[in-house]
Amino acid sequence: MLELKQIFKTFHAGTPDERVALDNINLKVETGDFVTVIGANGAGKSTLFNAVSGTFNVDKGTILLDGKDITRMPAHKRSRVIGQLFQDPMKGSAPHMSIEENMFLASGRGGWLGAMKKKDRDDFRDQLRQLGMGLEDRMTQQVGLLSGGQRQALTLLMATFSKPSLLLLDEHTAALDPGTAEKVLELTEKIVAEDHLTCLMVTHNMQSALDLGNRTLMMNAGRIILDVSGEERKGLEVSDLLERFRELSGTKLDNDRMLLS
Amino acid sequence: MSLNQILPLLQTSTELGLISGLTVLALFLSYSMLNVCDLSTDGCFTLGAAIGGTVALMGHPWLSLPAAMAVGAVSGFVTALLQTRMGINSLLAGIIVNTGLYSVNIAIMGGSSQLNLNRTETVFTFAKQGLKGTALAQQYQMIVAVIAVILIIVVLSLFLRTKMGLAIRATGDNPAMVQSSSINPIFTTTVGLCISNSFTALSGCLLAQYQKFVDINIGNGMVTVALASLLIGGVFFGKRKIPVRAIGAVVGAIIFRLIYALALRLDMPAFMLKAVSAIIIVIALAGPYLKTQGADALKHWKSGKAGA
Repeated sequence: MLELKQIFKTFHAGTPDERVALDNINLKVETGDFVTVIGANGAGKSTLFNAVSGTFNVDKGTILLDGKDITRMPAHKRSRVIGQLFQDPMKGSAPHMSIEENMFLASGRGGWLGAMKKKDRDDFRDQLRQLGMGLEDRMTQQVGLLSGGQRQALTLLMATFSKPSLLLLDEHTAALDPGTAEKVLELTEKIVAEDHLTCLMVTHNMQSALDLGNRTLMMNAGRIILDVSGEERKGLEVSDLLERFRELSGTKLDNDRMLLS
Repeated sequence: MSLNQILPLLQTSTELGLISGLTVLALFLSYSMLNVCDLSTDGCFTLGAAIGGTVALMGHPWLSLPAAMAVGAVSGFVTALLQTRMGINSLLAGIIVNTGLYSVNIAIMGGSSQLNLNRTETVFTFAKQGLKGTALAQQYQMIVAVIAVILIIVVLSLFLRTKMGLAIRATGDNPAMVQSSSINPIFTTTVGLCISNSFTALSGCLLAQYQKFVDINIGNGMVTVALASLLIGGVFFGKRKIPVRAIGAVVGAIIFRLIYALALRLDMPAFMLKAVSAIIIVIALAGPYLKTQGADALKHWKSGKAGA
């Protein structure tokens, strides 16, 4: 369970560029929830994710994960229990290292002076087979040779390897071509369902925001302005979401990317 | 030039290349793997030489090797500390440590800027006595250097296959990925620099005992020479597996020494060594860039001619 209590974050405080990125965020995500997050550019979606994963420390507030206070925990320690994927498929893996080397590092197996064993390789091969991309036959190839979709699928495997308490997906299919994006989304659903992961996903695609998961958040100007789940969410259409956005924020949702997709 | 002149030249160049090859292996770890340009290399090399000379003078030539490596690791730790925990730019951190080491090195040599090891027992004199009467008696220096290089290459290759080694490679490749694998990139950078600097110091220690003389300037320009060697090695073995690339780094060092020795034979004055290494680096680093620029300009010129 993830709990955010009165989270505030201001960037460039005290300068002309001062910007309140998170403005009193309160959020409780139950274990096993799959929450989709939408909002215009600059609404604070990625900032929220980065606050949770520890890219920066928040100015005020408390972050609890499974009852443990992780507010000031360094990012590399949080990543033991939080998996994260970004829009850029290049971010999650080391390009000049092989697929199996990347997976070995992400798996957290072995001591510092332990090397990869045959059993590790066999496990990785089984995992890769599930992707259905033929990567199981290319395990010693450099990751830099893979396509964006393949790299993102690999990163997804690596991020969920140790069954994290929380999976953060920040528009992780936005940079992929439509066919590949769909495939990676399918894989995401499958892995999240199989491992019963708690998951937050930012998407610019309003249809998939409603189709995927069991709860939807809408953000604007650093606040959560809409939080729907259960029966209320089932009846919602994309047009309803746009209408609600205008009511709640007082502006039109002027993000072409969101409207066109 | 007769064969009698060439053979000793080849021999000395190879020996020097092997010994400085250890510094090239250090840069192979810090520069090629960790993606840190460690400018404390010169000072650390001299540090190793100072320790190697001083401990040998105390009558412990064997102890001087681990002692130099340990002190080198401490120097690497300080460089890492400055850049990872104190927010100092990594190039500047190396330069600062390099400057500080000058005083440290003179202090180690008892306030003097030179040590003479002419009548001191060293690992080389031990090898000479050990091999007396055997067919290899003449090759004692070569044998010590080869053993040291093989040991370090084997250790380094095995190390780079461990999780720690992979994490160090990944830190140079994509630090964000290391962090999301629950590994602290500060830790991997620190360990990497400790190990690479221990190799550099070992290199300095062996050179001091090889030439039976330590001078405070023994390490000057070492980082440029080693980088040039690393790049030469990369030309031949760049895209291979790690152990082959490590061997390539040492081969690069030997080639560099041969070029230098040849240039001396052709009456190039000795003081030109540093200029030669600087030019080699410029060619190796700028070459790929200028090649694409040149190809681009050529394409433009050709298409312009075709249109006319």
